[in-house]
Amino acid sequence: MTRQMTGAEMVVQALKDQGVDTVFGYPGGAVLPIYDAIFQQNDIRHILVRHEQGAVHAAEGYARSTGKVGVALVTSGPGATNAVTGLTDALLDSIPIIVLSGQVPTFMIGSDAFQEADTVGITRPCTKHNWLVKDTKTLSGTLHQAFHVAKSGRPGPVLVDIPKDVQFASADYTAPKSANTSNYQPQLKGDIDEITALVELMENAKRPVFYTGGGVINSGPAASQLLRELVEATGFPITSTLMGLGAYPASGTKWLGMLGMHGLYEANMAMHGCDLMINIGARFDDRITGLISAFSPKSKKAHIDIDPSSINKVIKTDIPIVGDVAHVLEDMLKVWKARGRKTNKEGLAKWWTQIEQWRAKDCLAFKQDGPTIRPQYALQRLEELTKGMDRYITTEVGQHQMWAAQYLNFEDPNRFMTSGGLGTMGYGFPASIGVQMAHPDSLVVNVAGEASWLMNMQEMGTAVQFRLPVKQFILNNERLGMVRQWQELLHGERYSHSWSEALPDFVKLAEAFGAKGILCSDPKDLDDAIMEMINHDGPVIFDCLVEKHENCFPMIPSGKPHNEMLLGEASTQGAIEAGGAVLV
Amino acid sequence: MAALKIKKGSTSHSAYNLRPNFSDVQERHTLAVLVDNEPGVLARVIGLFAGRGYNIESLTVAEVDHTGHTSRITIVTTGTPQVIEQIKAQLGRIVPVHEVHDLTVEGPSVERELCLFKVAGEGDKRLEALRLADIFRASVVDTTLDSFVFELTGAPEKIDAFAELMRPLGLVEVARTGVAALSRGAE
Repeated sequence: MTRQMTGAEMVVQALKDQGVDTVFGYPGGAVLPIYDAIFQQNDIRHILVRHEQGAVHAAEGYARSTGKVGVALVTSGPGATNAVTGLTDALLDSIPIIVLSGQVPTFMIGSDAFQEADTVGITRPCTKHNWLVKDTKTLSGTLHQAFHVAKSGRPGPVLVDIPKDVQFASADYTAPKSANTSNYQPQLKGDIDEITALVELMENAKRPVFYTGGGVINSGPAASQLLRELVEATGFPITSTLMGLGAYPASGTKWLGMLGMHGLYEANMAMHGCDLMINIGARFDDRITGLISAFSPKSKKAHIDIDPSSINKVIKTDIPIVGDVAHVLEDMLKVWKARGRKTNKEGLAKWWTQIEQWRAKDCLAFKQDGPTIRPQYALQRLEELTKGMDRYITTEVGQHQMWAAQYLNFEDPNRFMTSGGLGTMGYGFPASIGVQMAHPDSLVVNVAGEASWLMNMQEMGTAVQFRLPVKQFILNNERLGMVRQWQELLHGERYSHSWSEALPDFVKLAEAFGAKGILCSDPKDLDDAIMEMINHDGPVIFDCLVEKHENCFPMIPSGKPHNEMLLGEASTQGAIEAGGAVLV
Repeated sequence: MAALKIKKGSTSHSAYNLRPNFSDVQERHTLAVLVDNEPGVLARVIGLFAGRGYNIESLTVAEVDHTGHTSRITIVTTGTPQVIEQIKAQLGRIVPVHEVHDLTVEGPSVERELCLFKVAGEGDKRLEALRLADIFRASVVDTTLDSFVFELTGAPEKIDAFAELMRPLGLVEVARTGVAALSRGAE
């Protein structure tokens, strides 16, 4: 049975058929027919953002917290170019989103028409794939294919550019099951010989470590379950990238904490000293590896990734396994069990003793003294007071992001939304809006710095309009903290343009938008203020004035290996004796 | 653990500048890429090479299956073994790409190029150009009293050799198609 409808109606129908319930967008001339179709139905909620970048980040937040595809709708020209940052962000973090952009009518394309931009040209390198639909007959099929491409294999952003005359014209609608998606079918099952070879190494490894990433979360909840089973069964220590936090619970006994540039001492030392590294869904990013030539010199490396181009891109892999994390972990467990559930118990015991010694350094230790709130303390209190709640965290980018990763504990996947690959300041606030839309009854906190937060502060209007009780927890140091830190450590303390003057009064700003503002500057008031934020039924801007010159440690400086971490102010006596890798 | 000394005011090297210690021998590979002939597919391939800093020595593209709308892109590229592997994996990631073949490693293959040479000259030079063209089995596709256009098909090295010979004999202009390549044998 075929149904005739306009292109604009097809867009709405295809979204419904793909299970979409929420679209983040901003209208304009070239998408008016689609907005007209949205107006005449009630199945899909449209969230009006205040800037198209916000729409795409909100779609990302929605996607990451649900595992579904996020959808943004923007107009041609500036609408589309404003979406570019969000698309690139989703590409680097492998987040499945669809951006639908309006385009000038087909007969005007190429004429430098009003609000015309070469959208598919501009977004070609920042999408997984994109399409310009020139005929209404192919529109519905293309939309279904777009969903398929966005979520299958290594997920990513796609864009469908729809000229205005294509939205007006009518044609037959193609249902999802009749759409042609056969030519893009990434491999899911891993090679069983490679998996067996890895299991053999696991049976004998004296100093193994699981190094997991966002691929575990992207693979779905089953992957996290299987990972937990595998870790508990083998007793191997596990660390994770920023993107993978929550796949294994932070309260788990085998958890080492996050690794990388601002990762935990024990996690990075374990990576450096291991004899078997099992990379599951991570990509050896430069924030993880540090100095490549000195990266984990004594280990065999296995790499499980659904994207063949991730393998051997940066680090040479001994055992490459191309496949979906859940599928591969399932096979790994099967093979390992079938071969008698063996591990090198003696070696592992020694390895754990060593790890405990590293852990004893307590690299995240800090002192909350004096009248000023330390940012670590603010997060520690936030963790303590929200622990066990149905809680989602987003972040902006910078020091506060790293502290959030260090001091907040994530027990489940899809609970931590942060811009990892692209490092997009301004990501967290709109992302928190997307998360709150997907989880209306949950606590959603955006841990922010004041500078990042200002980059998309206009979304306060969105939060208030749609009554989204997102909590903006701003660690305000009146500095671009991470830039300031690098200038201190690497540029002779010349603080070039890294402080904010003329900051707004955040409480008044909140009130100007019709929201609640809370100011806190005294450590003694912090707990009450945080509880006030949590208990307020509505969006809150929490202006937490913190120590202005706090540095984020531990830190592997760029170009240094894992075992040359700066422990800085958080270091204990042991670190100094161990080689003085302490920055004064 | 070694002590870390960062002088105040120094500019440390960034991890971005560091390359892994893979082999740095440059290799030349011929890749055949089968793609859906849809708008923008060539731009995707070229954009990949430009965006990731890979070399293109030669590139040819044409639709080879008019009913299935598939095109064959033949790319000659150079890079270290690791870069070549990356190029193949990255090409394979492009959604409309169906197959990527590395003809250089997948067994023997033939490479051919078609080339047009315009040679202007009189007297002995003109005669010599014609004689050499005969030796190379180039054919004359255009002639005036003081010029020839030769058509020559062959491996890239043969084309290069002929161009070298024509240069002192009045070579005016060259047009090359770039390499087309197929694996040998029935497969």
